[in-house]
Amino acid sequence: MAGLLGIEGLERSEIEAILNRARDFQPFENHTYKRLDVLKGKLIVNLFFEASTRTRTSFEIAAKRLGADAVSITAAGSSVSKGESLVDTLNTLAAMHPDAIVMRHAASGAPHFLARHLATPIINAGDGTHEHPTQALLDARTILDQRPSLEGLRVAIIGDIAHSRVARSNIHLLSKFGVDLVLCGPASLAPPELARIAPGVRITYDMREAIRDADVIMMLRVQLERQHEAFFPGGEYFQFYGLRLEHLDLARPDVLVMHPGPINRGREISSEVADSQKSVILSQVENGVAVRMAVLERILGGHGKTAD
Amino acid sequence: MAKLLIKNGRVMDPETGHDQVADILIRDRYVVRVGQNLHAIAATLFDATGLVVAPGFIDMHVHLREPGFEHAETIETGSRAAAGGGFTSVCAMPNTQPVNDDATVTRYVLERAARSAVVNVFPIGAITKNSAGQELAAIGSMKNAGAVAISDDGKPVMNSRVMRRAMEFARVFDLPVIDHCEDLELSAGGDMHEGLESTRLGLKGSPGCAEDVMVARDLLLVEVTGARYHTAHVSTRRSLELIREAKARGLPVSCEVTPHHLALADADMIPYDSNYKMRPPLRSRQDVAALADGVAAGVVDAIATDHAPHPGSEKMQEFERCPHGVIGLETALAVALQVLVHSGRIPLMRLVELFTLGPARILGLASRGRLSAGMAADVTIFDPDVEWTYDVNRSLCKARNSPFDGRKFRGAPVATVVGGRIVWQR
Repeated sequence: MAGLLGIEGLERSEIEAILNRARDFQPFENHTYKRLDVLKGKLIVNLFFEASTRTRTSFEIAAKRLGADAVSITAAGSSVSKGESLVDTLNTLAAMHPDAIVMRHAASGAPHFLARHLATPIINAGDGTHEHPTQALLDARTILDQRPSLEGLRVAIIGDIAHSRVARSNIHLLSKFGVDLVLCGPASLAPPELARIAPGVRITYDMREAIRDADVIMMLRVQLERQHEAFFPGGEYFQFYGLRLEHLDLARPDVLVMHPGPINRGREISSEVADSQKSVILSQVENGVAVRMAVLERILGGHGKTAD
Repeated sequence: MAKLLIKNGRVMDPETGHDQVADILIRDRYVVRVGQNLHAIAATLFDATGLVVAPGFIDMHVHLREPGFEHAETIETGSRAAAGGGFTSVCAMPNTQPVNDDATVTRYVLERAARSAVVNVFPIGAITKNSAGQELAAIGSMKNAGAVAISDDGKPVMNSRVMRRAMEFARVFDLPVIDHCEDLELSAGGDMHEGLESTRLGLKGSPGCAEDVMVARDLLLVEVTGARYHTAHVSTRRSLELIREAKARGLPVSCEVTPHHLALADADMIPYDSNYKMRPPLRSRQDVAALADGVAAGVVDAIATDHAPHPGSEKMQEFERCPHGVIGLETALAVALQVLVHSGRIPLMRLVELFTLGPARILGLASRGRLSAGMAADVTIFDPDVEWTYDVNRSLCKARNSPFDGRKFRGAPVATVVGGRIVWQR
């Protein structure tokens, strides 16, 4: 693997290999993640142009557990905030010869743009409203911890799909595995084109229909910063698209409730649901490290098999 | 007296329909004769055997960036690129710094052009002061100083009452009003066409209807005011339908399309490559097909490039931060030949018309866009079949922002004659 820019361009076999390998890295009972030295001497730069505690920490832990040296740079306080261009920042970093750059950026395509100009492998840790590939991988790992396979599962993704990189990566991944995928949100946040970005996807504006017989419910974070654009009437979101306990009766009894975090309790999901037995939100966080270890190892560890 | 004799070319004049091998004798700044076996003493000879000899091409939509943005382009460099693309005349859009919103700026552009340009430069004045969409610019004085049309181009007049007043005033001076049709509220800073591709790439979309509603508004205002009105760079099927219907009802309406909108759809974009970012954006395949249909059906009056140079540093950024616009002067003829003529959509004469008589009529340039005795000695000589590859790094303009770099073409300009002088030769 030359890097990881998105799920869309990945082969299914590549995804399976990462998910299988991630299982080896999961903590066992109360033990922490295994510590290995497969990436000893490697330098990984985490470059976060957008604040993110959980993804950045998760990548840092993953790198360190594999024995790599990890340096994290956040936009605030760096030369980026002094007006340095993206190209100049990355050229400067590339001159320090990292073995990979993990990058989070508010602009869609920023890692793709850089990948065209830099030889260093780039791992996309979320680009604008485009993709967040490691999130989809950890979501799939979390589902597979509870189910034998993804095939034929019914998954509902609910919320601001139009602006969600988590949704796009999940749509691509789940579609590659033959999942019956339903997207749900107000029409302004679930445009019809979304049903055409991958096979096996449909859209409904009715939350109850989306949840009926679902094996998995993925809730998306309501992007508070987009509220001013009047995508829906103020105050009506939770009423029509917030997940509450009574909804869960419509789903399969063993339904899994997921959320990429951070949660807005009472906005897109009620506290009762977030804290219920059906919620696997903390498993997602736990799998974040394991999946990112598998990705880093695959890109940097000389496992040789290439996908793109 | 300087004389130029162009021998044995296929002389095409869309006004008279003349299309046969002939000679053209030019003396000073005018065409003296078009005919067989012409001779002249002490004339410069140009052998045009096997080449097309057409009226000088006119690009009615060019951003020369001077004054104010000389790091991107100057009147001199832009005019050299124009000549290299076979254009003998260009219209300079007013979005300079300062904006061309009064006669002082108009005169400045003309003086700079007289000193440094190798082609004719016709300024287009702003519709409103500073193109801010509020107060009308000095339209009458700009016309008297030499402006050939008014437009706020990339900052379209959103206030319909202001647009109505502008049309009423422009009508008094018989100036065409050119509008870049985009409802800025609907487009809301979109970075590409709203559709499957923008959804897939997670980029903000600018919907086709943002263009259509403004075309519709403008046409309704034309009906009220009777102004001569021109839609710049039409990019959607629906806009073209609205224009066709307005023309059928006899309204004084015209429109242009760009080579890039004829050749490329949103799905052709290399993901996040800002050389494909422009306004209006590359539209859907259906829209692209509709534009070629519109050209073939005669709804489209002109091809214009919307040549928009940007320095490399500005285009080398996150896609959403890159400015809109592509260069196009040196690829216009080749792209148009490929999409329209070599594909069999239109005859060569119609293509020549779109580059010459079409824009000349819209702009009221009575002695240009035609090739017969008494007309200005602006001539474009081109080879419709020569094969070549476009290398943007050899462009005569300052910028490099083209989506056609590396593309193989068939057909290219060979020589450009402006005012009786050969100003560029392949």
